[in-house]
Amino acid sequence: MDFHITYMADDSHNRRDESRFKNIYLLRLSYKTGSRTGLNMDLEYFSQLFFGGLTRGSIYALIALGYTMVYGIIELINFAHGEIYMIGAFTALIVSSVLTLFGMPVLAVVVLAGMAAVVYSCSYGYTMEKIAYKPLRNAPRLSALISAIGMSLFLQNYVLLAQTSDFLPFPSLIPDFEFWEPYAHILTSPELVILITTVVVMILLTFLIKFTKIGKAMRATSQDKMMASLLGINVDRVISVTFVVGSATAAIGGILIASHIGQINFYMGFIAGIKAFVAAVLGGIGSIPGAVLGSLVLGWTESFFTGYISSDYEDVFAFLFLVLILIFRPSGILGRSQAQKV
Amino acid sequence: MKPILEVKNMTMDFGGLRAIDNLDLFIDKGEIVALIGPNGAGKTTFFNCITGIYTPTSGDVFIDPDGDGKKERINNLKPNLVTRRGLARTFQNIRLFSSMTVLENVMIGCHAVTKAGILGAIFRGPSTKAEENLIVEKSYNILEKIGLAKYVNELAVNLPYGAQRRLEIARAMATEPFLLLLDEPAAGMNPQETLELDALIMKLRDNEGISILLIEHDMKLVMSLSERIYVVDYGKKIGEGTPEDIRSNPVVIKAYLGEEIEEDA
Repeated sequence: MDFHITYMADDSHNRRDESRFKNIYLLRLSYKTGSRTGLNMDLEYFSQLFFGGLTRGSIYALIALGYTMVYGIIELINFAHGEIYMIGAFTALIVSSVLTLFGMPVLAVVVLAGMAAVVYSCSYGYTMEKIAYKPLRNAPRLSALISAIGMSLFLQNYVLLAQTSDFLPFPSLIPDFEFWEPYAHILTSPELVILITTVVVMILLTFLIKFTKIGKAMRATSQDKMMASLLGINVDRVISVTFVVGSATAAIGGILIASHIGQINFYMGFIAGIKAFVAAVLGGIGSIPGAVLGSLVLGWTESFFTGYISSDYEDVFAFLFLVLILIFRPSGILGRSQAQKV
Repeated sequence: MKPILEVKNMTMDFGGLRAIDNLDLFIDKGEIVALIGPNGAGKTTFFNCITGIYTPTSGDVFIDPDGDGKKERINNLKPNLVTRRGLARTFQNIRLFSSMTVLENVMIGCHAVTKAGILGAIFRGPSTKAEENLIVEKSYNILEKIGLAKYVNELAVNLPYGAQRRLEIARAMATEPFLLLLDEPAAGMNPQETLELDALIMKLRDNEGISILLIEHDMKLVMSLSERIYVVDYGKKIGEGTPEDIRSNPVVIKAYLGEEIEEDA
């Protein structure tokens, strides 16, 4: 975030979309447009909500993974995780603007901006852990939590000062292309790209954790840090890698959503972070499949409630659902209640 | 022949409590040595000090894996670095990675001595793949030696108790130690399992050339296995010598059985 970019965009246009942005809307505004497919209208509407919720859930999942992985290893809720996602989006915007200025082809811009965002976010995640959490490794858990909240506020305000408090238009990096006509309004092409990207990231992550050496080390560290270190595992390094991997997925989520919604702002990490955190708790914090499942459940809940009942109460429904789940399954959907080790 | 492990004047304080008081100890190559003492004597603290979990308040810990006089001081090393230098340990309670398979548990230990880094793991060049295959093979061989080959793909948590205990030893062996520290390996075992453990420890020493330091309360096992015994009480060494010496040492008997009441007849 070293240089400041001024945008020529019409400001009133930005303001208009603020409310849309606030809830990181992934739902299209063109619901109930009338059947173009010959399908039953109700079924078509349901399908739209279904895919809208799925897309929204995948974005939550990309962010929730970072929460759940970090929690699984050092039992810390990293409240600054949403900020990493925001930084990913900002980096992508800056890099893509500069590259476009130089007249690069769209595909090259997308790839380079994406890579830059991931690398930059990862370096933030790495540094954040070293500065804010490592010195507190053996401190009471509350200290690390407060450090996390401080880090979150710090990063938000840093971007606010270094960039702007305005909503910035984000170029649509995801190309609109034709597929699956005439059903394309049920699942739009940007939604398809988001879904595919999420699935690819999940597969890579599963592979990393299940089959690689560092993945085994991560699993071992999350179960018993002292034993892991006595088997020659460098626990500090495993923790760093966890933060870096979590930051990478968050950055990918940040780019996807920014490009889909079309605008970003320094505050975007907060709501998205809270929602992803809810999703991680819903699924059972510390569990990776749980984070994905929790995110999808949350995405669908929001989508269907919004679509069938009222969009004004979207967050109310989401959090009500969380409360209900936690009453009946305090450890989350896939979480295991753990007996305390003596 | 120089000792492979040499502890000099080690003291460990926790606030006002002196858990280890000026302790000296050495182990020669190929020896089986036992560390015994009443509960709370500081035996496990001693292990923690050697393996880098605690840093001793004062004193030195030297290792010399080859016994050639080139000593290295390991007081301030982190546990993972101590392990990489060839000290492995087990705990009193079972600390397996319960949601991993038996093979994976051993593989984790093997990783300590392999070199493929994070990038190698992600991009998986041919050398990484070859190394992974080698690790699987090596882990399987260790399991075979320890008699756990039939459990390879079971989850660690599903193994019978005695097998879990042996798996802990197998996992420690995977780090290629020259010295194995066993903290109450026979705790909770039935007599049959204890006998098997006795044979296993002898086999490790005879076939693999690994020296062993064990903490144990099962005196039968201690007396039959060890060549030398150290006795500690309240952090102080109160006796050392062969099993025969220890059996007849009045100070040791006193520490274990309490003061003998003079029978005045």
